[in-house]
Amino acid sequence: MDQILIFFYTYKEAIFIIALSIFLGIEVISNVPAVLHTPLMSGANAISGVIIIGGIILVGHADATTLNTELILGIFAVIFGTLNVVGGFVVTDRMLEMFKKKKK
Amino acid sequence: MDSVLGTLNGIDFTIGETLLELSYLLAALLFVIGLKLLSHPESARRGNFYAASGMLLAMATTLLLHKNDSGAGIPLANVWIIMAAIGVGSAIGWVIARKIKMTAMPQLVSFYNATGGAASALVALLEFPNADMSNWGSVLVTLLGLIIGSIAFSGSMIAYGKLDGKVKDIRASYMSFVNLILLGGTLALALFILLSGQTPAQLNWAIYLLLAISLLYGVLFVMPIGGADMPVVISLLNSFTGIAAAMAGFIYNNQAMILGGILVGAAGSILTLLMCKAMNRSLLNVIIGAFGGSSSSGTGEEGTMKEMTMSDASVLLAYSQNVVIIPGYGLAVAQAQHVCHELDELLSSKGVNVRYAIHPVAGRMPGHMNVLLAEADVPYDKLIEMADINPDMPNTDVSVVIGANDVVNPAALNDPSSPIAGMPIIKAHESKNIIVMKRGRGKGYAGIENSLFFDDKTRLLFGNAKDTLQTLVNEIKSL
Repeated sequence: MDQILIFFYTYKEAIFIIALSIFLGIEVISNVPAVLHTPLMSGANAISGVIIIGGIILVGHADATTLNTELILGIFAVIFGTLNVVGGFVVTDRMLEMFKKKKK
Repeated sequence: MDSVLGTLNGIDFTIGETLLELSYLLAALLFVIGLKLLSHPESARRGNFYAASGMLLAMATTLLLHKNDSGAGIPLANVWIIMAAIGVGSAIGWVIARKIKMTAMPQLVSFYNATGGAASALVALLEFPNADMSNWGSVLVTLLGLIIGSIAFSGSMIAYGKLDGKVKDIRASYMSFVNLILLGGTLALALFILLSGQTPAQLNWAIYLLLAISLLYGVLFVMPIGGADMPVVISLLNSFTGIAAAMAGFIYNNQAMILGGILVGAAGSILTLLMCKAMNRSLLNVIIGAFGGSSSSGTGEEGTMKEMTMSDASVLLAYSQNVVIIPGYGLAVAQAQHVCHELDELLSSKGVNVRYAIHPVAGRMPGHMNVLLAEADVPYDKLIEMADINPDMPNTDVSVVIGANDVVNPAALNDPSSPIAGMPIIKAHESKNIIVMKRGRGKGYAGIENSLFFDDKTRLLFGNAKDTLQTLVNEIKSL
């Protein structure tokens, strides 16, 4: 029980953010037209690539003087994260470009 | 250089640290605004650009300004390594996203989702040795990041394989049992790590075992799900990746990561539920996979399928007033979207009012048909959502069903014992004539007989949708 309270207190700001973000997420995308389901999903997918920040911090403070597991796997995390971010945003843009073209 | 700006709770903070947090705030706002704009057709592209800018900002400031607990910035050598890794990832991501065929979109979205999950799992795995085992909560978020990230990764890779036709659905009655054991094992192992009281180094074996089990669970969890359930699974996995990223945000106490991740998690969950609702099934029902291949509900619908000749079909279509095209996954498989658009333009030039009826779960991802038809230049005001087109179906002269089955099956409305009972459908059976393009005489994904195909008003054109449509276009041109 104490552990739960300690957890809450330690991360109180983060927990506030989570609670509010859930409502924000629901609110922001409610009533989205079916035409946009795919681009929305793909754009959101790119945002989940925010894990790249974690990858950057991880490799940023890893020991870069020798080849070690942390460094190598960390580099993979950064590559994967970037793939998610860049690929996600580019492909979403490409899809939306297609939609735009026909709007006239 | 980076001078102290003030103190908070006895700890100095610098200008750099302040700017970093400010940039995270800005990035988080850009994510929210971006997502908001993405949900409106006129502003969607701008929204995507905003969200991307937020990401770029957060990446750049982290690289330049981040400090570890002892106040050291990122050394130059590491900056170069990171830049190189980002360069590699960007190049690959950009090329694939630009070059890939539009028809491969569902696979691609799954693939990128998998990479995000992998990154989350790796970050959690590598941060575990630094975890403070006495702080139960911080260990928990690390473990959750690892588990959810791994499931999102392996699950999305299987989904990718299925959509690409490389992996077949595997269904067996014992599978939900095995899955339940794996899930139980995952939770038990996580609980053991939390409560064992051992150091991270001693628990090294356990964390890799947890990784392995989670990966395996992801594979087996997606394996039996297929066909019409894919849109649900894809948006569910998408929301998993978001949640995994948010868990990693906890590890670094990074608000931009938490907000971005949870935003995606919540949005993905809503989309998942929307897809479930469109099939009138619960999420649990989709995951456990009650659509067994052995579904006994083929009540032996009697009757014959009536074929028609191409010239009859062309005359019927060319002299109609209202035509509604109902596309399904078969259209995507045959890559017939362009010739389908050719047919629609040809008919429109003859004064026929042609529209498309889009079922929310037609295809293999949310909005699949919209993207597919947009690629073929079909104007999107011709794509009508199910609820808006259904009242018009009785006034429709011809419904052209292309590679769709369950989404037009009247059993959903009038057979309470059907596995798809209660699923909203496009009411093709109410139109005056129905032309069904089908590859063969088989049943749909759900394995249910479709009485629409035996309807007196229905005529069938067997064959690959692309060839059938091409022949039809040529016939109409020669009228």
